[in-house]
Amino acid sequence: METRLLTVKINGRDYQVPEGISILKAARDYAGINVPTLCYLEGISEEGACALCVVEVKGARNLQRACVVKVAEGMEVLTSTPRVRDARKLNMELLLANHPKDCFTCDKSEICELRGLAADLGVREVEFTRTRKEWLPFDETSLSLVRDPNKCVLCRRCISVCAKIQSVNAIDVVGRSSDSAVSTFFNAGLGNVECVNCGQCLQVCPTGAITERDEIPMVWKALGDADKVVVVQTAPAVRVAIGEEFGMPGGTQATGKMAAALRRMGFAKVFDTDFTADLTIMEEGYELIGRLKNGGTLPLITSCSPGWVKFAETFFPKVLDHVSSCKSPQQMFGTVTKTYWAEKMGIDPRKVVVVSIMPCTAKKFEKERPEMKSAFHYWKDKMGLRDDEVFNDVDYVLTTREAAQMIREAGLDFVHLPDEDFDKPLGESTGAAVIFGATGGVMEAALRTAYEVVTGKTLAKLDFMDVRGLEGIKATDVDLDGTTLKVAVANGLGNARVLMEQIERGESPYHFIEIMCCPGGCLGGGGQPISHDPDIKKKRASAIYREDAGKPIRKSHENSEVQQIYKEFFGEPNSEKAHHLLHTEYCDRSCK
Amino acid sequence: MKVNGTVPVVEGQPVLSDEEKLSLRNIVEADRTNHAGRQSYMDILFEVQKRYGNHIPQAVLGEVAHLVGTPPAQIDGFVSFYTMLSTRPRGKHVIRVCTSGPCHIAGAPAVVGELKKLLGIDLGETTSDGMFTLEASSCLGLCGASPALMIDDYAYGNLATGDLVRILDAKRSGWPLDSSSTKTTVKDTIKGEQRIVLRNAGLIDPENINEYIARDGYAALKKALSMTPAEVVQIVVDSKLQGRGGAGFPTGMKWSFVAREQSDEKYVICNADEGEPGTFKDRLILEGDPHSIVESMAIAGYAVGARIGIVYIRGEYVLSIARVKKAISDARAQGLLGENILGKGFSFDIEVYSGGGAYVCGEEFALLESIENKRGTPRSKPPFPPEKGLFGKPTLINNVETLANIPPILQKGSEWFKSIGTPSSTGTKVFSLSGDIVNRGAVEAPFGVTLRQIIEDFGGGVRDGKRIGFIQTGGSAGTVLSSKYLDIPLDFASMKAYNVSIGSGVVLVASEDVPLLPFLDEVAHFFHHESCGKCTPCREGTLQVKAIIDSLVNRTADPQALSRLHKLLDLLVDTSFCGLGQAAPLAFDSALRNFPEIFEQALGESHAPEACGEE
Repeated sequence: METRLLTVKINGRDYQVPEGISILKAARDYAGINVPTLCYLEGISEEGACALCVVEVKGARNLQRACVVKVAEGMEVLTSTPRVRDARKLNMELLLANHPKDCFTCDKSEICELRGLAADLGVREVEFTRTRKEWLPFDETSLSLVRDPNKCVLCRRCISVCAKIQSVNAIDVVGRSSDSAVSTFFNAGLGNVECVNCGQCLQVCPTGAITERDEIPMVWKALGDADKVVVVQTAPAVRVAIGEEFGMPGGTQATGKMAAALRRMGFAKVFDTDFTADLTIMEEGYELIGRLKNGGTLPLITSCSPGWVKFAETFFPKVLDHVSSCKSPQQMFGTVTKTYWAEKMGIDPRKVVVVSIMPCTAKKFEKERPEMKSAFHYWKDKMGLRDDEVFNDVDYVLTTREAAQMIREAGLDFVHLPDEDFDKPLGESTGAAVIFGATGGVMEAALRTAYEVVTGKTLAKLDFMDVRGLEGIKATDVDLDGTTLKVAVANGLGNARVLMEQIERGESPYHFIEIMCCPGGCLGGGGQPISHDPDIKKKRASAIYREDAGKPIRKSHENSEVQQIYKEFFGEPNSEKAHHLLHTEYCDRSCK
Repeated sequence: MKVNGTVPVVEGQPVLSDEEKLSLRNIVEADRTNHAGRQSYMDILFEVQKRYGNHIPQAVLGEVAHLVGTPPAQIDGFVSFYTMLSTRPRGKHVIRVCTSGPCHIAGAPAVVGELKKLLGIDLGETTSDGMFTLEASSCLGLCGASPALMIDDYAYGNLATGDLVRILDAKRSGWPLDSSSTKTTVKDTIKGEQRIVLRNAGLIDPENINEYIARDGYAALKKALSMTPAEVVQIVVDSKLQGRGGAGFPTGMKWSFVAREQSDEKYVICNADEGEPGTFKDRLILEGDPHSIVESMAIAGYAVGARIGIVYIRGEYVLSIARVKKAISDARAQGLLGENILGKGFSFDIEVYSGGGAYVCGEEFALLESIENKRGTPRSKPPFPPEKGLFGKPTLINNVETLANIPPILQKGSEWFKSIGTPSSTGTKVFSLSGDIVNRGAVEAPFGVTLRQIIEDFGGGVRDGKRIGFIQTGGSAGTVLSSKYLDIPLDFASMKAYNVSIGSGVVLVASEDVPLLPFLDEVAHFFHHESCGKCTPCREGTLQVKAIIDSLVNRTADPQALSRLHKLLDLLVDTSFCGLGQAAPLAFDSALRNFPEIFEQALGESHAPEACGEE
């Protein structure tokens, strides 16, 4: 396809740029000039709302928004005249006039785009007075996210992501003029509407208006309690991103330093969610094989991603039969720790505190689901526990960002820590588990195991390249020794919706589908460090696959500790005990 | 912390019965029929609101969202954008008092004050007996009878504070009260007047199609259908007719842009969202001569190759909506709309969409968004509507008055039309004359008429022998002038030549007794209230303008207030997303230019309040 090149003059110099792009892209990508933007998200939110990207275009009466105006042949653009700089500065001042000036204590202070832009634009004082009479109440209804409408600058990036990427539409602008606000239906709060807790809104929010629900104080308190045995599990996508919080380049494998840091913070055991990722493969793999053999409901759909699970419960209750009954690795881990491990170690399960470090905000919601108290029910009769002694399988969930914050609070020099290993026995994992962190990873891990279990042969090539990569929907056929397994992988709920509508119409050709709520999979989760590097997901993914390639064992069923837990505790995959402890059920949330 | 797991039901929200759900379903389906398979959330929600006592409860809106297939948060965003819709409980009767310019001058603040006293409530509140809700409204188009208000669908004008008790009592006891006091009659032609647009208004029964036909109605359509579409476009191009909504864009050029587009569907839209404070000319045409619009739209449809016409009428114009709807169905009955019109193989039909109380929807893209059942926020341009308009299709959008010119132009030719007016501006202009003058009302005169002619000859001069204090032309988005400007000929060139805005044709006269700054404060309030809230300069800037004018009125301005005001006005012009924010500074800029002493005096008399430690 040939794109016509146009000649555009930017600040006096000619540039050849392709037809159809915005002035903003021409300036940034071709002239190397960073026109400031606040509301702009390439391809997702191009509204021209903030008016910070204004430039002079020769012949135009008014200043033009670089983000929405397309280049034209012979166009002459000036990006930094006094008129332009003053207008940008003044618009920024208008935004700041009503912004809470609590940058010292704001969660997002370090990475706040508003603060950064104000500095870049040279705003040194705000000559406008505050016009809002009252501070608005926070939305604290969600178990995952907290919204502070006072810090909202109405850029609408959160709305665009929620609608266009996730197709959830939990939020929109309500009200008019300066009463405009981003809100949920009837201001019911994120916890009371369709919100699936994915936190993609938080990822794109340029200010501190959306943050995760803070669980750091509770974790510090538990760590300081001599009566508790506090163990920690870390999800696969955390290790390839947490380094970013300490200035390490994107895609750094920081597994060893992370384990070292957590140990120094006082966790009794530093375990790995990857262990239960392998366990998930065993349970889900056998569930798939069982459904294939016994004519069960197909396609089978993965259930690791709690944002996806709530999405299915809310928008596609009819497909819930397709969703694997397996708990997510985080929840399996909580249950296994408080049953198998506690039993094995002779520790009172009531004293065990399970902390998860997750790339995910929806995990905070997941751990509070009423079904996620399997360990309590396991012990209830055995120990004669009262109902009011009920405890969750997982006690606290920290996002990658929160974990990094605690490491900072602990005064640890993360970058220079030695590399350490996870603790045994819940610390062993395979390459198959590591790749859970990337879209397609669960599929690939499942295929590695399913192939060998079904065919009884050793898989020659472990890498299923067709299911890797950041495309929204990937599909491939896998030859299981004569039987063709049709599989699909979707990341981002907008893509998931496409596959679900196909199932609802009875047109799905697939046997097995992996769905991850967030774009890119868990490595792009709402709990991950906020990065402005457009290639960050690629970098994190390549770190994940490097980690996989470097693992001595790369197939879940070869994990010796997983084999051991079946021998010692569960018997075999999908046994009755496994069903009680490792599987769950879903509810229809579609009722209006 | 609340533990989720099931859908939490918000307390206090009743669950809808099956009958209620069914009746909501019926409303939604009836609307689909009315709009040829499309939907108008506005019409649906007006109907729903009526059934639930002037507001839309949460559970009901949730059900409607489900029925129309829109995410609940989106429909909440829609409802909260339009002031005529409410999710907050309101009284049996909703009183909307106009507070915009013309009513402000005529005593709206006193009317509001009296109503507050009589009802014992503040603006936005409902009386404890659930009878009345009191709301302030932007211009209701009743400026010929200001001060004015509407109670539900009825308009009351020429109010004296003493009238209010009687009106409220009548409403309480359920008497249907005559609202004829607001009928801005079109008087017999006055000297110097020339009627093209208002050729029929006041002379025919607008609800009788035969009376329209008897005065050459639909003859232009007949003539057009005997020509090629390109010939029709050419006549309009040659006439040099310019848009009468305010911007003055050449109409023929717009038609040719739409005509040259290749598309499976095109639309012709009549912009009848008349909301510019002080303007009521479109209402007179819609109410007095609705067939002229129906006929013009059919001609436009033929010329540009469209099959569907839409009239977007502001929701407050209840009578206009009813009359246009009747005109459409009568025309349809006579084969003047619908399939194969007059047997010439051309098919065209028209639907009516209601506005919901949002001035910004007069902006063409905001209007399109509104028809598409969205919040009325503007889109970025280009592309312009002729390329990508309604539902992404080529769309012709013309103002009511613009369209009303079309049949005479077709009948009498472009040379005739060009012989009227000035070189820069052909034809006539309908001026909406209001304020402190003897004769208020609409007057149609050729371009080039002076303010003095309008005010003295047609208006009979300032009331009670007073002198002119200031004149606002073009509406709130227009210019504030001194009597220096009385002899300037008014046309589209006068803005460039003399900084005099003609806009939609508002001429609002304030006598020497009217203080300027409180008037400007109302203008500032208007723009802030009507800003859609999308872009930073308009959303935040109009509010800061209001704060500065407030401080001047209250004599609490700080020494930098005026320099800050100048900066803000420049910023609004330079960086607002759409015409609303870009035009908002006109009134203030022109007032600063023409009455600098008033600002200086206010600043000089100001004592900035002691800064109170904020935060």
